[in-house]
Amino acid sequence: MRTCEPLLFKNRRIGETVFLEGYRRTGGYQGLEKALRDMTPASVREEVKASGLRGRGGAGFSTGLKWSFFPSDDPGEKYLVCNGDEMEPGTFKDRQLLLADPHHLLEGVLIACYALGIGTAYIFLRDAYRQCAANLEHAMDEAREAGLLGDNILGSGFSCEVHVHRSAGRYICGEETALLNSLEGLRPNPRSKPPFPAVKGLFGKPTALNNIETLANVPHIITGGAAWYKSLALTEKGSGTKLYGLAGHLETPCCVELPLGMPLGELIRDFGGGVWQQRSFKACLPGGASTPYLTAEHLDVALDYETLEQVGTRLGTGGVVVFDDRTCMVAATLNLLRFFARESCGWCTPCRDGLPLVCWLLERIELGQGTREDMTMLQEQLRYINGRSFCALALGAMGPVDGLLRHFAEEVEDHIRLGRCPLQA
Amino acid sequence: MLLSEKQITQLKRRVRETPHPREMILDVLHAIQDANGWVSDEGVELAAIILGLSPLQVEEVATFYDKIYRRPVGRKVIHICDSICCWSRGSEALMQRLQQLLGIAAGETTIDGMFTLLPTCCLGACADAPALRIGKTLYGKVAIEQLEAILDGERTEVSS
Ligand SMILES: Cc1cc2nc3c(=O)[nH]c(=O)nc-3n(C[C@H](O)[C@H](O)[C@H](O)COP(=O)(O)O)c2cc1C
Ligand code: SF4
Ligand code: FES
Repeated sequence: MRTCEPLLFKNRRIGETVFLEGYRRTGGYQGLEKALRDMTPASVREEVKASGLRGRGGAGFSTGLKWSFFPSDDPGEKYLVCNGDEMEPGTFKDRQLLLADPHHLLEGVLIACYALGIGTAYIFLRDAYRQCAANLEHAMDEAREAGLLGDNILGSGFSCEVHVHRSAGRYICGEETALLNSLEGLRPNPRSKPPFPAVKGLFGKPTALNNIETLANVPHIITGGAAWYKSLALTEKGSGTKLYGLAGHLETPCCVELPLGMPLGELIRDFGGGVWQQRSFKACLPGGASTPYLTAEHLDVALDYETLEQVGTRLGTGGVVVFDDRTCMVAATLNLLRFFARESCGWCTPCRDGLPLVCWLLERIELGQGTREDMTMLQEQLRYINGRSFCALALGAMGPVDGLLRHFAEEVEDHIRLGRCPLQA
Repeated sequence: MLLSEKQITQLKRRVRETPHPREMILDVLHAIQDANGWVSDEGVELAAIILGLSPLQVEEVATFYDKIYRRPVGRKVIHICDSICCWSRGSEALMQRLQQLLGIAAGETTIDGMFTLLPTCCLGACADAPALRIGKTLYGKVAIEQLEAILDGERTEVSS
């Protein structure tokens, strides 16, 4: 069984939280010390860029590249915002990290702020993660006491304040510009881009935005170096480790840290305990609710950004959700689309009106009332919605529909031909 | 009394001290909701006064979030996850059984004012699906047979 020396989960014991003492015992805050003592902000940015780290929040954008667009050296107020909305179904990794080891994120946030010339950071947490918020606040108290947070950190002259913001629900708050509106106390519809947050973000100031897992990788890149970090992945282009979620029809659903590029079948067999009730694998979402399905022919595919793009899907958040052979993929897709339709912020028509239409079509098909025209209409909605919505929520929503029509067209047609769901006895 | 004089004074002081008072909208709404169970029209108006905003500016934020209740709810809100992982492990049957046990439909409150039943999206407990949250407590790997005991436990916790 392939495993790896965990980085982010190195202190994780289920049911326990490690605070400052335990975190330091395994090398915690050495990254921050090294960055402040031996490195310039520019060299920290260089190291992160060289590491090949890609954003773990869903879009997979290169963190180093994103940071290189940031006006790090400009004077004036700038912000770091850490995205902890984590509401994409099938995604629960950031919560696992904060339950186990909150200092991990804090150290990442502090190094990022140092690298980007930022003095104020906000950690945005979803409403349901109250324990995570409490853990972080306790960690912040400890860090302040130890001279790791606040003014003149470790005597380096670098000062940084961190605030925890508790939200109140709604998936759209995870979209970065909606998140900024939410933080400012405005109605959290997304903003138009450009201007990008790096130019005009929180309170109109340059703002860097990163996911919790992304930032928690940064201390390891600094202590171990970019080359070492890159070498951890199993794929040539990949780099580092990934917190994979395993959920759905598995014997042992869990969250596990493994090298980036784990083959899907191996992950399911060795860590998910295989498909439950001795049934067989039919399909999965490879990385959360907005990623097109993979099927049994993809069990050898490496779970990495590039390799998944090559088979028409995305790594997304790395939350794998497995469906067994008794699952109706029309019904599964309907469940996913109902989520997206309900969570639409209502700002733009393709999403607000298009997603309910897609739900209605899927409902008709699932109930055996669908026609060929309905299937054509479903196909057309892919074209009408994709690329025409104001933010990426609607695009993500259509991911499962795209996967359904590409991999399970026959199953959809069977519903229409038989006038009922073929999987329901 | 939606909030005590002391709470109002404290919140007003924090509003004065933060550089961006509007950022505190959710904190103020959460405080009002914690004290009253939900946020009434008067609650919105009070939040507006505390924050120095118009009621409309508060209302357009309050109505956006599903965890700010703008209608009365029971003493405990049951949020049952209906997203994909929980769906794949039987959340629909759980929802039906809950409706039966409580004698209400989703979105309604029991006659004794104890529970409100609301579907919610992913609780971040996908490995423990099916999951639900009652008040502040998260329940994972919930089996249909456990529901009655869970509800009884939540009822007695309130009365004790
Ligand atoms: C509808 C929607 C929801 C999102 N939710 C989250 C989220 O909960 N957490 C997150 O980190 N990124 C989320 N994202 C992605 C963010 O917009 C952004 O790309 C990300 O936070 C950037 O961080 P990263 O580069 O470190 O991944 C979401 C995007 C969309 C369109
Ligand atoms: S795509 Fe959906 S969520 Fe995004 S702005 Fe349009 S309506 Fe809102
Ligand atoms: S899908 Fe129910 S907790 Fe994630």
